[in-house]
Amino acid sequence: MPEFEWQFTLVLLTNGVMIGLMYGLIALGFVLIYKATDAINFAQGEFVMFAAFIAASAANAAGLSFWASAGLAILGMVVLGFGLERVVLRPMIGRPVIAVVMATIGLAAVLRGGAVLAFGAGVQAIEMPIPDEPINLGLVLLSPVQLTGAAVSIVFLAVFTWFFLKSRVGIAMRAVADGQQVAMAVGIDVRRYFALAWAMAGIVSALGGVVWGAMLGVDNQLALVGLKVFPVVILGGLDSVLGAVVGGLVVGVVENVAAGYLDPVVGGGTKDFAPYVLMILALMIRPEGLFGRRRIERV
Amino acid sequence: MFHREAGVFKTSYAADMALYPLPIARWAVAACAGLFIAVAPLTFGEYYLSLLNLCLVAIVGALGLNILLGYTGQISIGQGAFMSVGAYTAANLIVRLGLPFWITIPAGGLMAALIGILVGIPSLRIKGIYLAIATLAAQLIIEWTINHVHWISGGIQASIEIPRPSLFGHVLASEAEIYVFLMCFAVLAIVATLNLVRSRVGRAFIAVRDQDIAAEIIGINIFGYKLYAFAISSFYAGVAGALESYYLGIANYEQFQLDVSIDYLAMVIIGGLGSVLGSIFGAVFVTLLPIATRWALEASGGLFLTQANLADLVPHLRLVIFGGLIIFFLIVEPDGLARLWRNIRNYFRLWPFSY
Repeated sequence: MPEFEWQFTLVLLTNGVMIGLMYGLIALGFVLIYKATDAINFAQGEFVMFAAFIAASAANAAGLSFWASAGLAILGMVVLGFGLERVVLRPMIGRPVIAVVMATIGLAAVLRGGAVLAFGAGVQAIEMPIPDEPINLGLVLLSPVQLTGAAVSIVFLAVFTWFFLKSRVGIAMRAVADGQQVAMAVGIDVRRYFALAWAMAGIVSALGGVVWGAMLGVDNQLALVGLKVFPVVILGGLDSVLGAVVGGLVVGVVENVAAGYLDPVVGGGTKDFAPYVLMILALMIRPEGLFGRRRIERV
Repeated sequence: MFHREAGVFKTSYAADMALYPLPIARWAVAACAGLFIAVAPLTFGEYYLSLLNLCLVAIVGALGLNILLGYTGQISIGQGAFMSVGAYTAANLIVRLGLPFWITIPAGGLMAALIGILVGIPSLRIKGIYLAIATLAAQLIIEWTINHVHWISGGIQASIEIPRPSLFGHVLASEAEIYVFLMCFAVLAIVATLNLVRSRVGRAFIAVRDQDIAAEIIGINIFGYKLYAFAISSFYAGVAGALESYYLGIANYEQFQLDVSIDYLAMVIIGGLGSVLGSIFGAVFVTLLPIATRWALEASGGLFLTQANLADLVPHLRLVIFGGLIIFFLIVEPDGLARLWRNIRNYFRLWPFSY
């Protein structure tokens, strides 16, 4: 039946947009760090997972309300961001890109193992103070959790766009990323902005963690959403705030549509596969991404 | 080895370029080889030999990754996937065609090299972080393909059982026989790598790593050499994967997932980038780390931890120690265990009369 097909596609698209905006939220944390410190954070998924663990444990074990536990997660991630920058990232300033990448891979392992040691291996739930029933729009059903995630993502897109374009701190961060020595020469305290960038990424990850944790449940598998960050940021451009959200949308839509139509043919798992094919294509055709800046290298 | 180099005068280029220019170093290497090749399989218990066997497989894989990452400077987070390509190629050749190991293992390596070249193609345009992400994608795509294409992975839970290798009709069944079998491949890999890195190709790799644009200007075909490095590295990975599945008697995609790729990265970083000895140290260190962790916990924590708790704890504690060590070595000693070893050796060079 053609009508049925049409509705099916619409459902896939809506779900894709919702999930895509939530991917965008996680990718924002990644872009923030790249934009300000020129470092690739392979531990972004682990950041999100860690934040979700803090929120879930605060609510379940300590019995705090949702807002208090979300606030605690934000606070915890800011402290973690500052701390990690101080202990791990600062000594790596000026080292080759590969060294920084590998340091964040190590960080990812520490956070993944450490979260289980600290908070336990069982799956925990985050209860949001919003209704559970999906919102019926006639043709499609929207999950309130996803809607919240999408809204948060759009708010952050607006805030960060303003931040990097207009605010003094944001402009200083871009200057630091452009050239650390030049930034120092004009009187910018590079280390302070590095720390600030990691703390801000902590805040974004904390919100991402709360939303994703509420949707999927919290255990150390939650870190796997971090793997989806890479297709998103490669598509959108590593240093573009808008790119993170647009890339997230594209990846979300493509993986949902691909899963809807290809899963019956190949027997499942297309969701984990399609984004990476998309990413490889993007890397081959346009490595700087849709909104990224092209880099010119000189000897 | 603790070298004493007084009285050694090199009179030819061949002597200067020898792998072990000092007689005492040659003797020390020979003694080490004798210990591990002849004495170990006869005297060590089954359990210790099985640990050594895992180390031997890891040494082959780590050497491959070090050629790519340490010598050519191209990061790859796909070593585990290349190993799985080798393992499944070998497994299919064994099960479908009944071929012997001296065909299946090189075939596994060659197949992995082919896939490695494919994955390496983007390295023409992208490098550093982008390449890291591209190889991560390759890891996930290869994992998915093997898991979902039944023609490759043979149905139930994507695993294929493999019989033990046999030589002239004799099945290498015992742990000691497999040890000698794996040792042959590990020694081959070590010698091949040592020779590769002091050849024209190896020096080109190092030039590409140190400054690729400058290397191109002095006439090195960087794209060709990058692909070459990918091919060689994946060949080693493929061989290591085939060896591992021969040793474990099964090819299963779960033994080659993303965390394995990260294990191998850790081996190369902890051992020492751009060092053959470092790859060996790193492979042994990372392979034995979880076992050492378990021992330490059982010895010290037995009072307040139950056996079940311990089993839950060890994999996570291992991750923490692991990541911590990667970070520690990157910050404190970027040249890894190989450098520590060299420092110790240099201290003892003039000992006890150093000034």
